[in-house]
Amino acid sequence: MSIDPKTVSRIAHLSRLKIPEAEQAAIAGELSKILDWVAQLNEVDVTGIEPLANVNDMAMRRRADIVNDGDKVKDILANAPAHTANFFTVPKVVE
Amino acid sequence: MSKLTDLTITEALAGLDAKKFSAVEIAEAHVKAMGSDAARGMNAYITETPELAMKQAKEADARRAAGKAGAMDGIPIAIKDLYCTKGVRTTAASKILDNFTPTYESTVTQKLLDSGCVTLGKANLDEFAMGSSTISSAFNPTISPWSGAEPAKAARKLVPGGSSGGSSAVVAARIAMAATATDTGGSIRQPAGFTGTVGIKPTYGRCSRWGIIAYASSLDQAGPITRSVSDAALMLKVMAGFDDKDSTSVDMPVPDFSAAIGQSVKGMRIGIPREYRIDGINAEVNAAWDRGAQMLRDAGAEVVEVSLPHTKYALPVYYIIAPAEASSNLARYDGVRFGKRVMGEGLNGMYENTRGAGFGKEVQRRILMGTYVLSAGYYDAYYLKAQKVRRRIRNDFEEAFKNCDAILTPTAPSTAFAIGEKQDDPIAMYLEDVFTVTLNLAGLPGIAVPVGLAQNGLPLGLQLIGKAFDEMTLFKAASALEKAAGFTAKPAFVA
Repeated sequence: MSIDPKTVSRIAHLSRLKIPEAEQAAIAGELSKILDWVAQLNEVDVTGIEPLANVNDMAMRRRADIVNDGDKVKDILANAPAHTANFFTVPKVVE
Repeated sequence: MSKLTDLTITEALAGLDAKKFSAVEIAEAHVKAMGSDAARGMNAYITETPELAMKQAKEADARRAAGKAGAMDGIPIAIKDLYCTKGVRTTAASKILDNFTPTYESTVTQKLLDSGCVTLGKANLDEFAMGSSTISSAFNPTISPWSGAEPAKAARKLVPGGSSGGSSAVVAARIAMAATATDTGGSIRQPAGFTGTVGIKPTYGRCSRWGIIAYASSLDQAGPITRSVSDAALMLKVMAGFDDKDSTSVDMPVPDFSAAIGQSVKGMRIGIPREYRIDGINAEVNAAWDRGAQMLRDAGAEVVEVSLPHTKYALPVYYIIAPAEASSNLARYDGVRFGKRVMGEGLNGMYENTRGAGFGKEVQRRILMGTYVLSAGYYDAYYLKAQKVRRRIRNDFEEAFKNCDAILTPTAPSTAFAIGEKQDDPIAMYLEDVFTVTLNLAGLPGIAVPVGLAQNGLPLGLQLIGKAFDEMTLFKAASALEKAAGFTAKPAFVA
């Protein structure tokens, strides 16, 4: 098995996902199965092959460095679960 | 005159021009169809917008009367609920966005609105477009109109494919004339194949992704699902085009795809990839594939064998790259700026509770997988390796296209399966995309065309794959295939 429940707990925290401890073993099994399946990629010789990130091999386009949008505070806050005045509010971070 | 809900876009536009009926009459027929018990039983719409549709239809009639009609003026369509629509709730079929109302419109839906489309509602999908069945929607599965005259009461409730299953179901059932969809690994073409409709995923970069909720950004593309190849050509022309707001959008002229319809395929070379003869594929699917090749041969094309040696690695590559990109894209759902919030201990507790409660099982699985393959110590072994094999897959296509103009394959390994099947094993579900996913990795366009019915009475589809930005050849070959196949079958339930 490639992934154990402890690893699930670690990546769940990295992902900021609450996974109840009782489910971690089952998820470890599922992910291990998928990882075992993708391991067939080890058969492929990729010597000298560049990784492909953008299919059109485009250089990132640049735009002029000018303000072209903004002043939309109301729109930006419209779907916020909680806000005060022009700020998003979150649980207390600094004691 | 045939029923207004049964018209293709091309027929409806001709009728509107000839004043045989109005956009309001077309909209009324569709709104009524959408509201019937049998239609609602399909659960194909997450949000219906009948009032908006009627308002848009009135405006469409006024524009046409004034001689200012757009390319799709008065055509009622469904919008996959992954496209942000200004003032209309947009959920991505996830609980985490069940109360999200965008304050902006996606570029593609804006183009459709500018062309005069009437929007009936937001179509169901797999949560965040992750799936091949529409079962993983937090708003319950969509049931295919092919299941029975009353889909919700059928003994075997068939899936409409996925992730764009709401889109394919409403188009097949005649409760929308066409629909927008998106395709990351097959999510336009597989649902089109399962429902006897036409779906095209254009070349990566052809349509703007701006305002479409992101799943895997290097693979996602928008496209239409329609009931004919000519409708797909017409609608894609409206949806496509350069957009400054999407840095991967390609600045190239959009050809008049409709001009390709009905053109001769004489002398065209159609490749048949030998690696797509996979064990365990339904014999009827292979037989339909052979018949499709014969149809194109009879129409004057030359059929040649080609080789795509890395085909078997496409799904494993996809299930590293797509979850990796998804884990990054879905980091934005943190309960702070939009969407659901579930309180917890401190900020981290809030993040974890929000995301634990807001995302469904498959979405969580992909986020975990993506986080794992990107995490320290595993990045090179999984992610980088997958990106390298991805290039080999694209190189395979470049080699194959030296010897042919388009490639013909099945759309999916079987006809539609039923809800409850293939759900225990994620990998069995992933195999649904075996014929479609290679194109997303290579960025190439592909179109699904229905070519017949299997013995179980369900549609069989074939896929044509084109060179990058050569959708014209695809439309040419697809229209020849459509004409030769003469597919006219309708689902057990039509509105």
